[in-house]
Amino acid sequence: MATQKEVLIDPIFNNNPIALQVLGICSALAVTINMATTLVMCAAVIFVCTLSNLAVSLVRNHVPTNIRIIVQMTIISSLVIVVDQVLQAVAYDISKSLSVFVGLIITNCIVMGRAEAFAMQNGPWLSALDGFGNALGYSVILIGVALIREPLGSGTLLGYEIIPTIANGGWYLPNGLLLLAPSAFFIIGLFIWAIRAWKTEQVEEAEYEIAPNTQYERAL
Amino acid sequence: MEHYLGIFVRAVFIENMALTFFLGMCTFIAISKKISTAIGLGVAVVVVLAITVPVNNLIFNLLLREGALAWAGFPDVDLSFLGLLSYIGVIAAMVQILEMVLDKYVPALYNALGVFLPLITVNCAILGASLMMIDQDQTFGESVVFGLGAGVGWALAITALAGVREKLKYSDVPEGLRGLGITFISVGLISMCFMSFGGIDI
Repeated sequence: MATQKEVLIDPIFNNNPIALQVLGICSALAVTINMATTLVMCAAVIFVCTLSNLAVSLVRNHVPTNIRIIVQMTIISSLVIVVDQVLQAVAYDISKSLSVFVGLIITNCIVMGRAEAFAMQNGPWLSALDGFGNALGYSVILIGVALIREPLGSGTLLGYEIIPTIANGGWYLPNGLLLLAPSAFFIIGLFIWAIRAWKTEQVEEAEYEIAPNTQYERAL
Repeated sequence: MEHYLGIFVRAVFIENMALTFFLGMCTFIAISKKISTAIGLGVAVVVVLAITVPVNNLIFNLLLREGALAWAGFPDVDLSFLGLLSYIGVIAAMVQILEMVLDKYVPALYNALGVFLPLITVNCAILGASLMMIDQDQTFGESVVFGLGAGVGWALAITALAGVREKLKYSDVPEGLRGLGITFISVGLISMCFMSFGGIDI
């Protein structure tokens, strides 16, 4: 039985939802252009993931297995509707710039995946911790990506200027690529590389071993 | 007619679901190791999108939109907050119905799609297309074309990625990048190529 600390800490680096489990990349990347939307998105995912894991775990013994997906979906979408309505009421601008991505938390594989893989088998307290931990792991990657994209792409962080750009009389020419979609892929790819260079047990097996080049010796 | 063609081309190339909006990424990366399975999944996504987007359009316009229930005698009711719940319900139900219909009438296609059909319910591209359709306030005709175009674009993207990955496994990739890492970087490069369509103005 996993301890509470393991359940909470493991998903952050050892079993990161984005870098290792390939979950929840979908709605994540487009919101990392600036820090404010990223933080709101992370808060929303932490809220939904923790509470949905808790709720799914509470009802897990009363739900027949063949309708469990629909039950999970209903729980998750109700939570997302709450988040969506609160955002529209409290932070309308951010809710507009997140547009469809708040709604897409429903199909965010982290939420579904953890509900299915963990909350269906474990008690409410551990499940809530697991949801919280996985959402944290997701947030760490997201915030890391935003921390690279916003300052280098537009010279600001949370809207405050930290690198003076040429347009404002400074010296830095913003790198437009970082505001575009592909940069997020490159940054996450490099993050995965960094994590795997540190935790070498996550490295995948090569499908083909490349034979050493012996042309030179043969020529001799 | 030109208007509809414009929407179609825009949905396939310029606003590609997978490569510009990052939708359906989990399945996109998980199930792109072989071209044949990628095509199977792509076809399933096209079918499901072409059905669910128009259906969700009807539901929004006839039931949920503010004032849409006037025909039933409730002119002031605004149910649009129930949107998310209804769309995901429609998608789950559609996938289930499609599965049963295919099983009965087109068993060959059913066997080819196999496990991908139920997986599609949680593919963000499907829900994302419906939400975008609501966001852009499309008419019924537009939503049919948009759904089809979005599906074709997604299928095209996953097939392209599978093609790249089939070749990639023979190459000498640094250890930490093997598998997932290099896939992300290839998706980034493909997505950059797709951006060159952005100059097309329709």
